Amino acid sequence: MSIYFTEDHEWIKVDGDIGTVGISPYAAKQLGDVVFVELPEIGREMDKGDEAAVVESVKAASEVYAPVGGEVTEVNTVLEDAPETVNASADGEGWFLKMKIADADELGALMDEAKYKDYCDGL
Amino acid sequence: MNNTGRPTSPEAANMNERVTVSGSKGLDQAENLIFEVGTPERTGVDLPEPKGRPSRLGNHARQGQIGLPGLSEPETMRHYVRLSQKNYAIDLGVYPLGSCTMKHNPRLNEKVARMPGFADVHPLQPVSTAQGALEVMSVLSHWLMTLCNMPAVALTPKAGAHGELCGMMAIRARLDHDGASHKRRVLVPESAHGTNPATAVQCGFTVDEIPANAGGRVDMVALRAKLEGAGKDSDIAGIMLTNPNTCGLFESDILEIASLIHDAGGYFYCDGANFNALVGRVRPGDLGVDAMHINLHKTFSTPHGGGGPGSGPTVLSDALKDHAPVPYVVKTEDGGFDLVENPDEKSFGRMCAFHGNMGMYTRSLAYMMSHGSDGLKQATEDAVLNANYVQASLSDVMTTAFEGTCMHEALFDDRFLKGTGVETLDFAKAMIDEGYHPMTMYFPLVVHGAMLIEPTESESKGELDRFIQSMRSLALRAQAGMVESFKNAPVYAPLRRLDETQAARKPILRWTPPADVAEAAE
Repeated sequence: MSIYFTEDHEWIKVDGDIGTVGISPYAAKQLGDVVFVELPEIGREMDKGDEAAVVESVKAASEVYAPVGGEVTEVNTVLEDAPETVNASADGEGWFLKMKIADADELGALMDEAKYKDYCDGL
Repeated sequence: MNNTGRPTSPEAANMNERVTVSGSKGLDQAENLIFEVGTPERTGVDLPEPKGRPSRLGNHARQGQIGLPGLSEPETMRHYVRLSQKNYAIDLGVYPLGSCTMKHNPRLNEKVARMPGFADVHPLQPVSTAQGALEVMSVLSHWLMTLCNMPAVALTPKAGAHGELCGMMAIRARLDHDGASHKRRVLVPESAHGTNPATAVQCGFTVDEIPANAGGRVDMVALRAKLEGAGKDSDIAGIMLTNPNTCGLFESDILEIASLIHDAGGYFYCDGANFNALVGRVRPGDLGVDAMHINLHKTFSTPHGGGGPGSGPTVLSDALKDHAPVPYVVKTEDGGFDLVENPDEKSFGRMCAFHGNMGMYTRSLAYMMSHGSDGLKQATEDAVLNANYVQASLSDVMTTAFEGTCMHEALFDDRFLKGTGVETLDFAKAMIDEGYHPMTMYFPLVVHGAMLIEPTESESKGELDRFIQSMRSLALRAQAGMVESFKNAPVYAPLRRLDETQAARKPILRWTPPADVAEAAE
């Protein structure tokens, strides 16, 4: 299983043609305490960069973008009642959605873990 | 220090966090919710039992007790006076909120608004008996149109966002009238107010976002790319631009923006919430603006603390004026005034049941006429000067978000706090201890840990210097590593840190009586 990151701080863990999407611990820390998460409908087709979810914290509301194109297959309903899971475990139990990746080539444009770490250090 | 006697330094006394039995801190009286002060069994007014009048509400009549608390007159008075004393207001101190101008409301405005004929005018009384009120509306319209160099104004919108709605509905009406209903795309720069995209969507438009450039203004490269080759028949309905924008900066490419939009067959909506930085210096009509709302409750000083009342008259260009909403005031041949209440086929209709917020009209006209056109211009210049004075006086210890001078508000980011452990939120809380209402924080979103300060023209140099001293000392204290004093702040507020997270996640929106009271009421 490999993990990729976007410049907007989403991550996608890839297992076969299924990708699990969430926001990075860095993003979760920047947002502050998350108070609400809006998730997409299952079956929705998204292009890379489309708005996939909304995350609202005490500071601001932000969009979560689809790191690659594909179809939503599952959403993490835990977040509806326990949005704090995003802060507690941004890269684990706080995942947002799973998607069937349409074009695996799009992953090539994303950052790997080491590159993303460098990217965050530069911010 | 003499440890045996009374403390000799005031700091020592203040460190002593003593909890009183009453919960009061001396003159800072503790106060509970009104439901906890009174009970439904008590009454402050001794009215005779109503009798002999059967309810006409049928099944809709209330069957049980409503459970409102009863209080004596002194209890009621104390409750509200105590609450008011816990409040922070522009009448109490510097209110540097930013993003929502909070300036002094001259008492003359209040005197005029309370004059009989203005204060007690009724929207349904015959027009012949309300000529003075109509004249106020007519003269106010004249001032607004002159200050903006625009040929028409719709007075009725009740607030800024309502004014945006008015302007966008006028644009839509014009497009539909011209058979251009395919024009539905509205460009909204990142530096615009958050209400702008919401208004566009509410009017049935789609929103296309334009990024900001490194200077905090519209990215012209991105805008030109979007409009490249878009002729008059494109799907562009218009642009919604805030000027000065949310970063407190003048959109210096505004003339080119206007002409690009007009070339694409679109209309230019300008969010005029920050018009107080332009009055007397810049006329929106000269910039190619087609519609702009003016917040009377900000720019022209009518009070709006606590969320209202507002008033958002919207000026309209030649292209849009025929589509203005009703009602509006017209002069009659005999020198009197009349109201046009019925829309013609071009007007998009009506936004309010009646004629808008009369009390705001009288206050803002009193403000305009007492200042005169030269005074309004000076107020604008003083507001911009004050903001730049604050920015310049703090720029060596705090970090400004953008290079150069600002307009009516100074914007700082949190780079000066990097590595200190203090965050923007902590800094704002520490300002409360210094006796100031915090500025807008974490907005605009394009600036990290933003702090947006708008001093307004209301503040004297002495008052600003005091504020600047506080801000400087806080910044230096943070950089000196005194994190604890920030994390503990506010210390001198009626309540300390509130749990904002739980307030957002699980708000308690309803007071429930303790069990014993509930039983007694049954």
